Amino acid sequence: MKKNKSLLLLLTLVLAVGTLLSACGSNNDKNSASNGGNNTSNSGTNSGEEKLAADQTLKINLSAEPPTFDPAQAQDSQANTVLKTMYEGLARMNDNGEPEPAAAEKWDVDGTKYTFHLRKDAKWSNGDPVTAKDFAFAWERVLSPNTDPAPPYAYQLYYIKNAQEYNEGKITDFNQVGVKVVDDYTLEVELVSPTPYFLGLTSFYTYYPVHQSVKDDAKWAVDASKMIVNGPFTLTNWTKGQTIEVTKNENYWGKDNIKLSKISMSLVNSGATELASYKNGELDRTGHPNGEVPTDQIPIVKQELKDEFKVKGIASTYYYQFNLTAKPFDNEKIRKAFAMTIDRQAIVDKVTLGGQLPAFGFVPPGIKGVNDEFRNEVKDDFFTENTEEAKKLLEEGMKEEGYTQLPEITLTYNSSEAHKKIALAVADMWKKNLGVDVKTENQEWGVFIENRQNLNYQVARAGWTADYNDPMTFLDMWTSNSGNNDIGLKDAEYDKLINEAKTTEDNAKRNENFKKAEEILVKDTMGIMPIYYYTNIALEKPYLKGVSLDFSGGIDYTRAYLLEH
Amino acid sequence: MVRYIANKFFYMLVSLFILISATFFLMKAIPGDPFTSEKKVPPAIQERLYEQYGLDKPVYQQYIKYLGDVVQGDFGISMKKINQDVSDIIGQTFSASLKLGLVAIVVAVIVGVLLGMVAALYHRKLIDNIAMVVAVLGIAVPSFVIASLLQYVFASKLHWLPTMGFKGPIYYVLPVAALTAQPIAFIARLTRSSMLEVLNADYIKTAKAKGLGWMAILFRHVIRNGIMPVVTYLGPMTANIVTGSVVIEQIFGIGGIGKQFVEAISTRDYPIIMGITIFYGILLMLARFITDIAYVFVDPRIKLSGKKEG
Repeated sequence: MKKNKSLLLLLTLVLAVGTLLSACGSNNDKNSASNGGNNTSNSGTNSGEEKLAADQTLKINLSAEPPTFDPAQAQDSQANTVLKTMYEGLARMNDNGEPEPAAAEKWDVDGTKYTFHLRKDAKWSNGDPVTAKDFAFAWERVLSPNTDPAPPYAYQLYYIKNAQEYNEGKITDFNQVGVKVVDDYTLEVELVSPTPYFLGLTSFYTYYPVHQSVKDDAKWAVDASKMIVNGPFTLTNWTKGQTIEVTKNENYWGKDNIKLSKISMSLVNSGATELASYKNGELDRTGHPNGEVPTDQIPIVKQELKDEFKVKGIASTYYYQFNLTAKPFDNEKIRKAFAMTIDRQAIVDKVTLGGQLPAFGFVPPGIKGVNDEFRNEVKDDFFTENTEEAKKLLEEGMKEEGYTQLPEITLTYNSSEAHKKIALAVADMWKKNLGVDVKTENQEWGVFIENRQNLNYQVARAGWTADYNDPMTFLDMWTSNSGNNDIGLKDAEYDKLINEAKTTEDNAKRNENFKKAEEILVKDTMGIMPIYYYTNIALEKPYLKGVSLDFSGGIDYTRAYLLEH
Repeated sequence: MVRYIANKFFYMLVSLFILISATFFLMKAIPGDPFTSEKKVPPAIQERLYEQYGLDKPVYQQYIKYLGDVVQGDFGISMKKINQDVSDIIGQTFSASLKLGLVAIVVAVIVGVLLGMVAALYHRKLIDNIAMVVAVLGIAVPSFVIASLLQYVFASKLHWLPTMGFKGPIYYVLPVAALTAQPIAFIARLTRSSMLEVLNADYIKTAKAKGLGWMAILFRHVIRNGIMPVVTYLGPMTANIVTGSVVIEQIFGIGGIGKQFVEAISTRDYPIIMGITIFYGILLMLARFITDIAYVFVDPRIKLSGKKEG
């Protein structure tokens, strides 16, 4: 009997181990086969240069999958990252944030008239030449009211004469829009008013050219085999939800400047997993702008991976905004009291931990002014932190409104661990310094945005990123009829200053107007309460070089390369 | 049997209809829509988008149109993933979840049943105790804890296995291990207790008395009867695993259907929310249905009929 039992045990064990082994066996076969394939192709592309790694495959992660690779439809930073590798606009931004020739080899500027001379050796990935017609075709596609679905970023082209009218259907003839194809290699663009940052805009994805074969094919941009592009890389694989892969485009005019052979992107939406994967050597870079290093891990990696930890200021502002139409923040003095009594340095040092800069203005550093950065020309000294003064202001404000006690106050933020920590810290400071109890409430993103846009809040978290390198991108949103003005600010003087800045050719006057406008926004009304200027936090392997981050944190991998490691 | 199936099928359709309607109206009741964004789009463009996707019409009209489309098998196109068919998205993301799920189910059943059998045969011996401690742990420890632990040990510390992704067989190991811990434990316990019951049943004693060999008894009588509860559990478990564990997919960076579903809800991608809900619904109902049918083959005592007692 006993013998029988042990026999049985043996049998079950053999069965179990057998199934496991057979599974492993087949796995190994497949692995070695695919590895072999990779190896041969790698040795083939080995450039033979001394320092460069033999395998120029860059591995990164995108925390969200781009919804499409149609430049006309794109509107997120992940799509921006990938589109930048696949397309090239008239100009491209170099490392110093200056536009440099790209698809256009030179341009003449005459007030509101720009003449672009396209390079004659630029080709699409299928070998067709890139011509001025391709740009006109792409822009017409963005602006046409018949494009389905309507390109949400069409307004990025409203700087062009009659573009808005055409987009809104007020004029129906595209020939009236300020885009003129003079010949195959000359494109004339007429603007509505002088726009100092227009050249920079031509490097933005909404301005990318599109191959004319896409005309009647709605699905061209979701299928790797159908993409025809003009940039340094072509889309070679897109497995939905898993991976995106771009491969060097041999038809790109500047291919000699491109060292990477491939960029392989995983699509994982978890900072913790991404970090573990980076540490395990599966990624060459992690963190902003394509992902995020978890806040609680920042102090650890700062120590452990000192040489790989990269911090760079970017042109974005983190702030709380007051609802100027709701009690108690319809009172200016109460708003000021709240804004003056939080310790921004402490928030940056102890809560966010990412080397952010305490903010006392709305326009962040990195944005151009006349001769220097705007923030260097106009100091952000619109207010100071001063608890004693704040207490006095609060008392006065309460007297003005006839409060003996403040109404209940709720601070709203969108659900996220990082925002929560900041909200709790701020509420705690208000409690300690002003003796005011503030409730904090987190809301799911869609709900939060809707409440904020409907002015259904008292004080809410917010952040703003630059669309282009000019103070205008931060200041025109607060005009009375701007769709993004969700604090209820209505100030005729403010509107006038911004309108003047939009039409003047005098850059010094523009700057002066921006200064006055920001004063109204922050110093006089304190409609928004700046907290800090964002930083871009990333981990980069020491052998990865040539990755370029622009002023707003947009990333350009096209000129990157990998060293022997 | 035919009547039973027809009957069941009818109720499935009714449930599906209720599921579609409830989800549709609840979904519309959530604040925000696919085109809500922090940087506001000019009103003219916004209106055109609503019009193009039919969101400018009253909700009941949208509902009727949607029902009509679904009846014709048209799940529409995504509102956020521009020009992508909902059925393509479901197909592509589900294939990852399905592959992972099938492997997990096979592993769970084999390991779970073996573990349970061994435990039952060595009842109250050391092996039994070990197996049951493992089972209790498997049930008690949440899968995301196991997942993180496995990832930390085998990927981050030992560097034996990849942390994330889904590019080849090696990528299955950790997620499958995390995904199966609970089912293995459950199956092992089910198998053990029902086998113990069977081992003490009269017909086993009869079989022994007849002088039947141990192997014959085990395979002909014990396993067949002892595995019954596992079959019951198989239906819901299959549905559960195959529909994709959101948490496991998140931790191991697998772009499965679970991740897609969560993403669709947060971006208010209505057609995808509906599509995946319906897909899940059908899958769950089918799993239950097949379980019912499977009973007939495993347990000769059960006869299907169209009546309620069936």
